[in-house]
Amino acid sequence: MGMTHSEKILAAASGRQEVSAGEFVVADIDLALLHDIFAAQVFDLLQEVGVDGVFDPDKTVVVIDHLVPAPSAAAAAVHQKIRSHVARLGINAFYDAGEGICHQLLPEQGHVRPGMLIVGTDSHTTTHGALGAGGTGIGTSDMVYALATGRLWFRVPETIRFELTGDLQPGVSWKDVILYLGGRFGSDAAQYRAMEFGGPAVRTADMSSRLTVANMAVEMGAKFGLFAADEVTDAYLTEHGGTGAAAFGPDPDAQYVAVHEISLSELPPQVALPNEVDRVGSIEDVEGLAINQAFIGSCTNGRIEDLQAAAEVLSGKHIAPGVRLLVVPASRQILQEALKTGVLATLVDAGASVLTPGCGPCFGGHGGLLGPGERCIGTHNRNFIGRMGSADAEIYLGSPATVAASALRGRLTDPRQLEADND
Amino acid sequence: MTNDVLTGRVWRFDHDISTDLLSPGAYAVDPVEVRKQHVLESVNPEFVSAVSPGDVLVVGRNFGCGSSRETAAENLKALGIACVVAESLARIFMRNAIALGLPVVVCPGVHDSFAEGDTIEIDLASGRIVNVDSGVQLQGDSLPREMREILAAGGILAVLKEQAGG
Ligand code: SF4
Repeated sequence: MGMTHSEKILAAASGRQEVSAGEFVVADIDLALLHDIFAAQVFDLLQEVGVDGVFDPDKTVVVIDHLVPAPSAAAAAVHQKIRSHVARLGINAFYDAGEGICHQLLPEQGHVRPGMLIVGTDSHTTTHGALGAGGTGIGTSDMVYALATGRLWFRVPETIRFELTGDLQPGVSWKDVILYLGGRFGSDAAQYRAMEFGGPAVRTADMSSRLTVANMAVEMGAKFGLFAADEVTDAYLTEHGGTGAAAFGPDPDAQYVAVHEISLSELPPQVALPNEVDRVGSIEDVEGLAINQAFIGSCTNGRIEDLQAAAEVLSGKHIAPGVRLLVVPASRQILQEALKTGVLATLVDAGASVLTPGCGPCFGGHGGLLGPGERCIGTHNRNFIGRMGSADAEIYLGSPATVAASALRGRLTDPRQLEADND
Repeated sequence: MTNDVLTGRVWRFDHDISTDLLSPGAYAVDPVEVRKQHVLESVNPEFVSAVSPGDVLVVGRNFGCGSSRETAAENLKALGIACVVAESLARIFMRNAIALGLPVVVCPGVHDSFAEGDTIEIDLASGRIVNVDSGVQLQGDSLPREMREILAAGGILAVLKEQAGG
């Protein structure tokens, strides 16, 4: 019988010819990812249980990205602790404050290969499914066990497959696609399950778009959000890791719990409405609501393509009075590219504040929080109550073009409207 | 090996109980002795003072949804909850519960088959659930041996200590 993408990953990781959905396996971990919110606690626990090393320092990646630059003395002390653990354990793949967000650095710095099994102390570890890797979030105790032994138990998930067809309209992006899927199927549609994204529309999606979609697969409950490795993956890996990759994906006769065929041709720009990621509507339904802040960044949409999309909207113009536009490149490399290509100048000339590469205000830690009654639209992935500061603030989620268009007008705006005005 | 069959008194909760309700953010950095005093307080303020060790939670869909915080499962364990039987569980909550040695069973139909205060019997190995008061029997997902071993050891860190010979 044919295997799904996740069955192939878990079969290989557990040294089996074949596994099928519902089975439990003990699998070898190819990569373990920790960030500054949980790393110190995990390393402390590891010491407490009497383990002096990690299973493989070269398969362990540690990133200081959530609270950068340190917004408090307490955060700075946690960062110090992480640095000393990293040195003690001989971990080379350590990215200190300012290098970028963990889910951007992993693919960009060549740590991810198709077929790998990746665990992280972060729910958005599903992002790495964009390159055909099985990435998933775990808690701190599981991470201590994984670091000590290099292994962890998994239930082989059932898979929901999305066959995507048609071409996106101008002004519509893959962020709109994943917001739409979340709204249509709901936040627990893929609980315990994997999602596979395939079909003709996916073949034309660039890596940046795939990362956006896989990142938000977890907002539907998914364990993995997977794209087959193809020519796009091969080209990305040649550029970002030095070696390309062979095709890797599900067998044609794999078994799915559901297959949804969806045409993207008619899709308008989407927004998630406060306070649920699966409360989604078309931008037309909410156009005109005044905003106080616009945020372009995060592991969902902080890549160069996203900054470019925003710069195209804002080029030669200035954001509306009374609006704050925060731009947070997802990594230093992206910041450098934005500098060299003039994208950064365009954004700053338009009135943007540029913050240190990292998570920025995405999870409400620091760096641009909202006051009571304020309204923000951002390119990130969660709009829960209080996620960006005050519990009385409203958060909308949209694409970089929608966020930039909204900053320009000072109210929620359909980016296609601006194009129409320019004609 | 501990006994795979548990019997306990039922506390019933509805769908979509989040990690925020199980471990309110306001007490996030407090020790477990403080955190456990606030479990589910906004849903049932009596719960914490009336719950006894060995009691069982019977809950609806998507229990433990939200963040990856392990304190959600840790707080229930600290209150002495013997098992959570759910229509469905959020994935990371399920992982964290097993990792901390808190038994969980997924059993469709369970939410409507129990009233608060009923006595429940749970066979972790087979997944069989019995309402001792009404006689209703249900078949839940059995917990595989690997997970029952982690539970019997008292959690995944205890397994690690055993393996390390400590
Ligand atoms: S950018 Fe936001 S979602 Fe991504 S890792 Fe950071 S806090 Fe989490």
